[in-house]
Amino acid sequence: MPTGESPLEQFAIKRLVEFHIGGLDVSITNSAVFMLVAIALVTAFMTLGMRRHAMVPGRWQSMVELSYEFIAKMVRDNVGTEGMRYFPFIFTLFMFILFCNLIGLIPFSFTVTSHIIVTFIMAAVVFLGVTVIGFVRHGRHFLSLFVPAGVPIFLLPLIVIIEVLSYLTRPISLSVRLFANMMAGHTMLKVFAGFVVGLGIFLGWLPLAFIVALTALELVIAILQAYVFAILTCIYLNDAINLHH
Amino acid sequence: MDAHAAKLIGAGLATIALSGVGIGIGNIFGSYLSGALRNPAAAPKLFGNLLLGFALTEAVALYALVVALLLLFAF
Repeated sequence: MPTGESPLEQFAIKRLVEFHIGGLDVSITNSAVFMLVAIALVTAFMTLGMRRHAMVPGRWQSMVELSYEFIAKMVRDNVGTEGMRYFPFIFTLFMFILFCNLIGLIPFSFTVTSHIIVTFIMAAVVFLGVTVIGFVRHGRHFLSLFVPAGVPIFLLPLIVIIEVLSYLTRPISLSVRLFANMMAGHTMLKVFAGFVVGLGIFLGWLPLAFIVALTALELVIAILQAYVFAILTCIYLNDAINLHH
Repeated sequence: MDAHAAKLIGAGLATIALSGVGIGIGNIFGSYLSGALRNPAAAPKLFGNLLLGFALTEAVALYALVVALLLLFAF
């Protein structure tokens, strides 16, 4: 891959501070720095917003309460009141992804969620957690998730295989969805930015106007993908907690 | 045919998936509009599902992009 002009260059991971423990490379990279920034911003947003905890909330406190209630309602609607035990996890997941996506939209920053390994680890934790919760709550009975009710008996072997496969591909689709959305959006912005430079001062404003519209779209997608990740986590959790609804 | 040309053709073919995604997204918004016009009171409730369906369908298009990029850069 040639560097410099490539629209994929923005995703390069650079070591900022080198660290080696044993044979492991645990250097602090730009990815790690932006993760820490996202966590710091979420923490500041939540704690500083609720510092005064007034009865009549101000603008900042309203935003904190809105984000809390948005996810709380989503968990309650999709999983039921029993799912509220897992609300802190889903809320953390949502806020982390949301802030990573939004920080990535700032020019010259780094989008943590545009790397498949980051999204895959999050999806794998969700997948393993949901499977463990299902087996702990229902024991062997959890396997009836793969046997939908009301299917003719001669179709059953085929359906069970399909259900098991679709269950096993969940972490892949969950992680690829977030990663591909982020990577595609940022690559597209970079390609159009290349058009602005290429077309020069007279025609360059055309793709520039397009970039403004695309940035608005990317803002929507950044929020939407965090929402989709959280709501799919809720739906998977619902499968494990309330078998067959 | 040399391998590089085959790669480029394969990546181009991967974008055929976009036709299905276009139909899907059009279908989602068309159904939402006809539902919302018949029963405007239900429209705000449907809006969340609309965005969810849109995001899920759009993700299918991005799988095609991933396939194209894998063909171009990973092989």
